[in-house]
Amino acid sequence: MMDLQIASNLLSALPEGTEPSMWMPPRVSTVAHHVDWLFNFILAVSVFFFLLIVVLMVLFVIRYRRREGHQAEDSPSHNMALELTWSLIPLALVVVIFFFGFKGFLDMTTSPANAYEILVDGQKWNWSFTYPNGYVDSNLHAPVQRPVRLVMTSADVIHSLYVPAFRIKSDLVPGRYSKAWFEATEPGQYELFCAEYCGTSHSDMIAQVIVHPPGEFEKWLEQASNFLETMTPVEAGFKLYQVRGCQQCHSVDGSAKTGPTLLGIFGHTQALADGGSIVADENYIRESILEPAARVVAGYEPVMPTYQGRIKDEEITAIIEYLKSLSGTE
Amino acid sequence: MAVATPALAGTDTTDNQTPKNYLNASRGLLSWFFTLDHKRIGVMYLIAILSSFFLGGVFALLLRTELLTPAQTIMDADTYNKMFTLHGAVMIFLFIIPGIPATLGNFVLPLMLGAKDVALPRLNLASFWLWMIGAVFAVSSIVVGAVDTGWTFYTPYSTTTGTAVISMTLGAFILGFSSIFTGLNFIVTIHKMRPEGMTWFRMPLFLWGIYSTAIIQVLATPVLGITLLLLVAERTLGVGIFDPALGGDPVLYQHFFWFYSHPAVYIMILPAMAIMSELMSVFSGKHIFGYRFIAWSSVAIALLSFLVWGHHMFTSGQAGITNMIFSALTFSVAIPSAVKVFNWVATMYKGSIRLATPMLYALSFLFLFSIGGLTGLFLGALSTDVHLHDTYFVVAHFHYVMFGGTVIAFLGGLHYWWPKMFGRMYSERWGSIAALLVFVGFNLTFFSQFVMGSQGMPRRYFNYVDRFTSYHQISTIGSYVLGLGFFVIAGYLLHSLVRGDRAPANPWGGATLEWETSSPPPPHNFDCEFRAGDPYDLDDLRYDPEIKGHVRRDPESIRLHPKGAQQ
Repeated sequence: MMDLQIASNLLSALPEGTEPSMWMPPRVSTVAHHVDWLFNFILAVSVFFFLLIVVLMVLFVIRYRRREGHQAEDSPSHNMALELTWSLIPLALVVVIFFFGFKGFLDMTTSPANAYEILVDGQKWNWSFTYPNGYVDSNLHAPVQRPVRLVMTSADVIHSLYVPAFRIKSDLVPGRYSKAWFEATEPGQYELFCAEYCGTSHSDMIAQVIVHPPGEFEKWLEQASNFLETMTPVEAGFKLYQVRGCQQCHSVDGSAKTGPTLLGIFGHTQALADGGSIVADENYIRESILEPAARVVAGYEPVMPTYQGRIKDEEITAIIEYLKSLSGTE
Repeated sequence: MAVATPALAGTDTTDNQTPKNYLNASRGLLSWFFTLDHKRIGVMYLIAILSSFFLGGVFALLLRTELLTPAQTIMDADTYNKMFTLHGAVMIFLFIIPGIPATLGNFVLPLMLGAKDVALPRLNLASFWLWMIGAVFAVSSIVVGAVDTGWTFYTPYSTTTGTAVISMTLGAFILGFSSIFTGLNFIVTIHKMRPEGMTWFRMPLFLWGIYSTAIIQVLATPVLGITLLLLVAERTLGVGIFDPALGGDPVLYQHFFWFYSHPAVYIMILPAMAIMSELMSVFSGKHIFGYRFIAWSSVAIALLSFLVWGHHMFTSGQAGITNMIFSALTFSVAIPSAVKVFNWVATMYKGSIRLATPMLYALSFLFLFSIGGLTGLFLGALSTDVHLHDTYFVVAHFHYVMFGGTVIAFLGGLHYWWPKMFGRMYSERWGSIAALLVFVGFNLTFFSQFVMGSQGMPRRYFNYVDRFTSYHQISTIGSYVLGLGFFVIAGYLLHSLVRGDRAPANPWGGATLEWETSSPPPPHNFDCEFRAGDPYDLDDLRYDPEIKGHVRRDPESIRLHPKGAQQ
């Protein structure tokens, strides 16, 4: 039965529905059908030529294998008409493939004018999605059936935003903006990968795309944006720790990662890389967020990007309260 | 030195005593290290390059073992990142780029020309020692902290990471010069040293392939050298070229890098196609089909290879019009490759096909390279590439072309010329078993990677989401079968050096000139000069069961006056 399913997948030139096939993940964007159609077309062409080559090869091996009494027969050593034929037919086919690939690409890169815009920041090893009201989340939330434009850049090295279910991928390059867009066709939760190698935790730089049913995206955004008012400062600080990229490098269980642990540091003396030391109070935490390279803890590299201009004062306050709670000095 | 040994009084292979040949003409390690004999340099390259392949292969098996389960299996993320970088760098720069030209090319090219050596023997030796120095730099990067950038060294990651990028890039820089020297030498040799009667279109197709490769080596490699020097300058002097923090442009690096590295994949595949043309004709017992189309397609591939580098950057944010042009140019390379495959298959038609080990590899090549080439169509088309770029689909495509193509053809060539190189025959039975193991293991390893790639599995991932687990496990099991295949090959080839039957001058019935001398050849290769005929006219040869080899019906028909003392 497996074979039948594979065969029907190979032959279905016009993919319909959203269900995944043997080759492709679920299709839930408006461009995915075009990509899959071309994929299946190329697959059909490839299977045809592959079988042609292999079947002829096997037939020739069987028919003309060296054995008693069999000799190579005279046959022409070239045939211009034949060779031109098998140059020109592939040429015509690749022209067709090129054309549909380019056409599809134009659709994939030209976003509608009325698209909803979300800013995307990549940094080792976390995603930040900034919504029009200034709210920042580590997952990409989007309304269904509405074009969404992503305006993307990177704080450090090159990353690449890849959502297999949408068939979109675009690099995030430091020092410039790149764009991508999609229109999700089905509510649900889908994977978002970093596709450009970016170091230690590259393979954990994964976010979720949450496509909300009609009318629910706005409700979600309003509720999520109010977290500073609706949560206690410690809860809000913990949320910020999770969504703003802190937890990728700073543990809260005492283990060292790329940066020092945040467990029990508040109010305690820290040895610094330059030989001095400092008590980690409110002002030191604030400075470490806004100017991370100013006073680096001994044993660590100054690799943290600055949050200057990317975080509000109230949010810093909430993070400080959260760190206090980790030291029992709330 | 081998070249300086006195002329030998002929090479009578019927003598039971081991005749004087290039292997036993002089003794001692120094007689090898400072030899100017292309055959000895070829053998030294072979040992060095197979050692690199072993090293890169061990890395590959460790990587596949790590990927048996999501998250940590046997190593941590940083070790994994360093190891996939080393696997790529060793396989690309140390093994597959120099691979066929420096080993089989060095050994066979002058013999095919009926010549005594390459045109510039000292440059040839210099190329080998540069390779050794470059290899020391590259491998020593492991000791000083290892590189974790991937073999592509993308900026600004490579200019900001703390690992030993400088020694690795300097290694690649030096290896580049080794490659340039080899290419230059072959161009000069083919232009100046062809025997009487060997016009351009009477050259064996192996030489057309090696010649086309050499053109790319000489023209493209300097760009890699400059790029890597700029990278080192940025790291050590803080000059802003690629790092945006210093005012540079990271995508510029990608243009520079692929301007070399895309032509470089044709440095890797053209020599493999060159071997294929020889194998398909000889083991089909028939003239190659469509000689001129195959010859011109090599040249066409070499030239077009310079125009397609941008297809590595379809998602980098480069302009849409740039993407369109590079996509169109990329498809143009598909045509000459397709022509070659059809012509090889047509060569078998009405032939007398012998399934000796080299031919098993040639047939494997047709199967695997067809898949590798056809999956390139998915990546050349813009809309499908956006989805597939930087996934395992690309990894699988690349390995089907480079391993299924180049390594398989290299194995075919190695088994084809092994008797010539070492004067011994290996076990055909073990040869067939190993060829089958390699074929099955390879497909298990890499076909599953096509599927998981198109399903969305990104490359260079230490950890992965659960739904990819079974694909990864199939792939890992395949890699063990593949490893076993290579273990068997190493076993029977080494065994043949000691116990193998003595090889006749022409065990397979090839009409090219390397089969006109004894196996292994004497230091000076030939006792006469040649008037070369059609290299694929096999009708002049007949099988002599007494010597288990092929002989010309009229050996004098292509021989000219014996080499006189004036030589």
